[in-house]
Amino acid sequence: MSAATDTVALAPRQRGPVATFFIRLIREKPLGAIGAAIFLVFLFCGVFADYLAPYGVNQISPANRLKPPSARFWLGTDHLGRDMLSRILYGAQLSVIIGFAAATLATVISVLLGIVTGYLGGKVDLIVQRLVDAWMSFPELIILIVVVSVLGPGMVQVIFVLGLTFGIGGSRIIRGAVVSVREQMYVHSAQSMGAGTPRILLQHILPNVLPPVIVLFTTRVGAVILVESGLSFLGFGVPPPAPTWGGMLSGTGRTYMYLAPWLALAPGLCLTLVVYGINVLGDAMRDLLDPRMRGSR
Amino acid sequence: MRAYVIRRLLALIPTLFFASVIVFSTVRLIPGDIIDMMIAQNDIAADKTSREQLERALGLDQPIYIQYFRWIGGILLRGDFGSSLWQEQSVIGEIMERLPTTFQLGAMALLVALIVAIPVGVWSAIRQDTWGDYLGRSFSILMLAVPSFWLGTIVMVFPAIWWGISPEVKFVPFREDPVANMLQLALPAVILGTSLSAISMRMTRTMMLEVLRQDYMRTAWAKGMNERTVVVRHALRNALIPVVTLIGLQAPILIGGTVIMEQIFVIPGMGLMLLEAVSRRDYPIITGVFLIVGVAVVLINLIVDLSYGLLDPKVRYR
Repeated sequence: MSAATDTVALAPRQRGPVATFFIRLIREKPLGAIGAAIFLVFLFCGVFADYLAPYGVNQISPANRLKPPSARFWLGTDHLGRDMLSRILYGAQLSVIIGFAAATLATVISVLLGIVTGYLGGKVDLIVQRLVDAWMSFPELIILIVVVSVLGPGMVQVIFVLGLTFGIGGSRIIRGAVVSVREQMYVHSAQSMGAGTPRILLQHILPNVLPPVIVLFTTRVGAVILVESGLSFLGFGVPPPAPTWGGMLSGTGRTYMYLAPWLALAPGLCLTLVVYGINVLGDAMRDLLDPRMRGSR
Repeated sequence: MRAYVIRRLLALIPTLFFASVIVFSTVRLIPGDIIDMMIAQNDIAADKTSREQLERALGLDQPIYIQYFRWIGGILLRGDFGSSLWQEQSVIGEIMERLPTTFQLGAMALLVALIVAIPVGVWSAIRQDTWGDYLGRSFSILMLAVPSFWLGTIVMVFPAIWWGISPEVKFVPFREDPVANMLQLALPAVILGTSLSAISMRMTRTMMLEVLRQDYMRTAWAKGMNERTVVVRHALRNALIPVVTLIGLQAPILIGGTVIMEQIFVIPGMGLMLLEAVSRRDYPIITGVFLIVGVAVVLINLIVDLSYGLLDPKVRYR
C-alpha cells in the first residue's frame, strides 16, 4: 500500500491501512477523532448492555416510580419505576442492531445497483435511474409509515424497509464513483485483455470505489438511527416495551414528562450525541479517504 | 425556454409513472393480507361486510394490472382517489382540506431555514476561520444531529414546567383568524426550519468560499466597491444556485418533518391525516396521501429547476 509509505517519516515501522487511517484521523481531524470516540463508546454500550445495565430493561418497581436522578438511579426512573440508565443502555443495543443491520443492507443494495448500472450504462441504467428518481421523491419516513401500516410494526420490517430505502437512494453516490472509475486506464486494459464483466466489477471496479462505500456505510448508520427514532416516536417502530430511544420520548411516557423532566432529556441527548459523533466522523472520513466527495453530503 | 419546459414536462412522465407503481405496489404486493388485518382489527368488518364485499370494495378481486389501470385511470380522468373505508368521504376532498395547512407549515419552515441559513452561511464564508465561522459551523453540524421531535418535546415540556406556558391545542384555521393561525404554526415552523437550515448553511458557506476566489470577485474588490455590494450583488447571487437545488432535494425531508410536527403540535394537516389513517388501516387514504406527497416532491423539483433562470442570467434554456 502506498498509504504506508506516506507515513514512513512519521512512523518507524510499517503500519496497516487501518492504523494509518486512525493516526491521520487523530493528527489531522481532531473533531473526527472525537466523533470516532463517541461512536466507539456507543458501540461498546450497545454490545455490552447486558453487563453494563444495573437493572433489567423492563424491571418494574412500583415503589420507585418517577424518582429523580440519584446515586441509585443515575438517570432517574420512569412512571413504572424502570431504571432509565438501563433502558438507555438497552436502547443503545437496539440502535446498534438496527443501525448496523439496516446500514449493511443499504450498502449492499447501493453497491449492487450502483456498480451494475454505472458500469453497464445504456438502457438498464436509464430505466433504473428513473425508478431511483421516483423512489427518492418519497420521504423515508412516509415510506416507512406506509409499509408498517401493511406489515405491522417490528424490528425486521424496520430494518428491511430502512435498508431498502437508503440503499436505493445511496446507489446514486456509488454509481457516480463507478462512472468515473469506469474510464480509467486499468479498466480499459482489463477489458482489452478479455476479462469478463463479473471479474472487472469485482477485481477492478469494487476495490476502487471502496472509499465512498465505507463513508456511505458510516453516515448511513447515523441516518438510520435518526429515522428509526422518528418512526418509534410516532409509534410505528419496534413496539413497546422495547426500549427504543425514540419510543421513550413518546406514548404514555409523554404525559409524565411534566412531572419528571429527566425522562425527556436522556433519550434525546443520547440520540443527538451519537448522531453528532457519526456525522463528524463521516465528514472526517470523507476528507481523508475520498477527496472527490468533499463538500457533498 | 418553451422547448426546455416542454422537455422537462415530458421527462416527468416516466418518473411519475414509476412513482405511481411504487405507491400502488407497496400496499398491494407486500406480503400480509390487508383484508385479514382489517377483519382482525375491526370487528365491524366481520359481521356487516363479508370478505368478498371487502375485496370488491377495494377492487382486489381483479387481476393486478387491471387493478392498477382502474386505480390510475380513476385518478387521472376523474381525480378519483376512492373513498375512505370507514367514513363516507372522498379521499381527494379530505386531502384538499388538509393540504393547505401542511403546505403553509412547510413554507413557513422553509422560510425560517433560509432566513437562518443564508446570512450565517455568508458570514461564515467571508469571515472564514474566525470565531463566528466556528460557531456557525458547530451550530449547523449540531442541528443535523438533533432530532426535531426531541426539540419539539423539549419546547413543549420545559416552558410548561418553568413558567406554566403551553401551546394552544385547539387548532385555529387560517380563514378564521390568520394572525392566531400563524402564531400557532410559528413554533413548529421554527423548530423544523432550524433543523433544516443546517444543510443549506453548509452549502451556502461552501459555495460562497468558492465564488469569493473567482476573478470577477477580485475585479469587484479592485473597483473599490463596498463590501456589502460585493458580497450581496456579486458573490451571493452566484453562490445561491446550488443552495436553491438543495431546497428541491430537501423537500422530502421537509414533508417528513411536517408529519412529526403535526403529530406533536396536533396540527390537522396531511401528516396527521396519514397517521390517523394508518391507525385505522384506511388504505385508500394512505395510498392517496402517499401519491400526493410523491407528486408534490417531483413538482417542487421541477419548479426549482425552472427557477434557475431567474437567479442566474448565465443559465440559458435550450
